[in-house]
Parts: sequence; C-alpha cells; structure tokens
Amino acid sequence: MQALHILAIGRNPEIMAVIDRLLNTPENRTGTTVTTDEEARAAFQNTTFDLVLLCVGISEQEGAALTTQLLQLQPGVPVIRHYGGGSGLLDNEIQAALAK
Amino acid sequence: MATHTLHTAATRGHADHGWLSSHQTFSFAGYYNPERVHFGALRVLNDDVVAGGKGFGSHPHDNMEIISIPLEGQLEHKDNLGHTQAIHQGDIQIMSTGSGVFHSEYNGHPTKAVKFLQIWVFPNKLNVTPRYDQITLNPADRHNTLQQIISPNPDDAGTWLYQDAWFHLGRFDAGFATTYNLKKQGNGVYVFVIKGSFTVDGQTLAERDGLGITGTDNIAITANSADAELLIMEVPMQIN
Repeated sequence: MQALHILAIGRNPEIMAVIDRLLNTPENRTGTTVTTDEEARAAFQNTTFDLVLLCVGISEQEGAALTTQLLQLQPGVPVIRHYGGGSGLLDNEIQAALAK
Repeated sequence: MATHTLHTAATRGHADHGWLSSHQTFSFAGYYNPERVHFGALRVLNDDVVAGGKGFGSHPHDNMEIISIPLEGQLEHKDNLGHTQAIHQGDIQIMSTGSGVFHSEYNGHPTKAVKFLQIWVFPNKLNVTPRYDQITLNPADRHNTLQQIISPNPDDAGTWLYQDAWFHLGRFDAGFATTYNLKKQGNGVYVFVIKGSFTVDGQTLAERDGLGITGTDNIAITANSADAELLIMEVPMQIN
C-alpha cells in the first residue's frame, strides 16, 4: 500500500510540531507541516500530495487564495479545513476526506 | 415542523484504552461515522471515564470552545496559560482555545475513576486570546428548573463562550414538566440525558440518549423517572 502524503498548513509553530508528529506516526502516512504560504507553495514544487489540511486559524480569505494557488500547482488535490489543533479530530478529518 | 435526530446511547462510538473509556456521540479520534460528524456548531460530545491517577497528557488545541462537565470525581487541569486547578462534580470548565493552548487533564484521585462530559463547540470568532474559566454551581439551583451554565454573554448566568450557544442543566422529579424556549431563531437544540429518562418533544429518551431538534422555537420536556438529569445544548445550525 502506497504511503499517503499530507501537507498541513497552520500558523502556530508549536501546534504544527505536534501535528507533524501525529501525521508521521502511522507507517502508511507521511506528513509535511508548514507555517507560511510560501513554504506551502515550495512544498508543492517537490512533492505530490494526496491531501492538504488547512488549519482553521487561517482566515477564509487567506485560505481561499492559497487553495486556488495550490490547485493550480496540483489540480484536484483535496483541500480541507482542520479543526481543533491536532487533537481528536485529525484522523477523523483525514478519513472523511479520503472517503469522498 | 420540528425535525428530530435521535442518537441512542448504545449506538455511540466507543473507545476503550484501559485508562480511558470514551463513548462518543459524534465522530472522534478512531470513531468515524459520516452520518454523525456534528450537530450544527456542536462537534464533540464525549462521555468519558478516566481511571484513577491517569489522564490526558499535555496536548494542543486551537480555535475550539471546549467544555468539561465532571459528573463524578475530580479532574486536575494544567495549561500553558499558567492555570493549575481542580474541577469537581458541580463545576463547569471552559477553554476558549483561540490562537492555541496546551493543556493536560488528569484524574486527581489515585484509585477512583472520574466521569465527565467533554464537549467541543465551533467558535464564532477565530484566533482569540486563549481563555480558561471554571465555575462552581449549586446543584440545588437546577432542581425542577433549568439552570443556565453557559451563554454567549459574560454578564449572564453561568460562564460564557465565543458562540451563540446556551447550555442548561436540569434535575427533575418524576412527572415534572417544563418547556425550553430557544434563545435565538435558527438555532437547534441537542438534548443529552445524563440520568434517568425523559420525554422530549414527544420522544422518549433513556439514560445517555441524545436528541437533536431543529425547526422549533420551544421544546416540551417531561421527566419520566425520579431524580432525572439532562443537559440541553442550544447551538447555531450554520457554521461560519
């Protein structure tokens, strides 16, 4: 089974460090976490992602603009909102996105 | 016409980690049910039992309103905002996690389990300065009445949160009947039975059953057993 590549974008570095650990814990999943839009765009130049998690602290306007840019780099990649800061809902949201 | 969504106790998700037994009304952690993700702004309703001396180590949250209601025993809370406090049965704890907070919750008793409800509500304002609050309520003030424990207004009864949500607790004698009048048009109500049985808007509910109701301005409630307890959570049905 191929590993799932997930990019998570948030603004709080300490929380993103925890999300990074959680994303990379299962064997069949790899996670990349970034705190700026520039880093997100750069990550897309090097890796093909299966899913993008946009932390809900990023405003709707910023999130929409970034989503448009990321979809230009990799059309069709699912971009979803992540709620709660890494705890409890992370695996749930990934499961829901992949079920679609 | 009112619409009902019934979640009976036995149909909830369940995780048993040894130190933690958690019954989950909505999808959470390893329990995922696409039919049960949230009820409006109410995202998590976990009915947790934590073994003596055990608990949740330090972990982060952001942009979520998190409410804990101890039903038995005590929880010891610690966070990176500088709070180290215990909450007991009768207390209500709320964290507006806003831009980010790390916290731990441990059972303060070495052997006796703590039972509590863990509730998460989507906030209506993002990236606020994180806030912690706990209040102590008098259980006598909810005998045959609905005691407000949470509202959007810091000056109102109970504590408050960043959402147009109102929570009430009630402990009723058998046969006692009352009506809950919604505070805001368009909101829905999720009723969770803590103890005993009730008839809510014509629907019979047993212990730990939950009922979501939308499309109404008021809800008739009757206790069917002695010393019956319920939690009423009024929340917006539209999430911003």
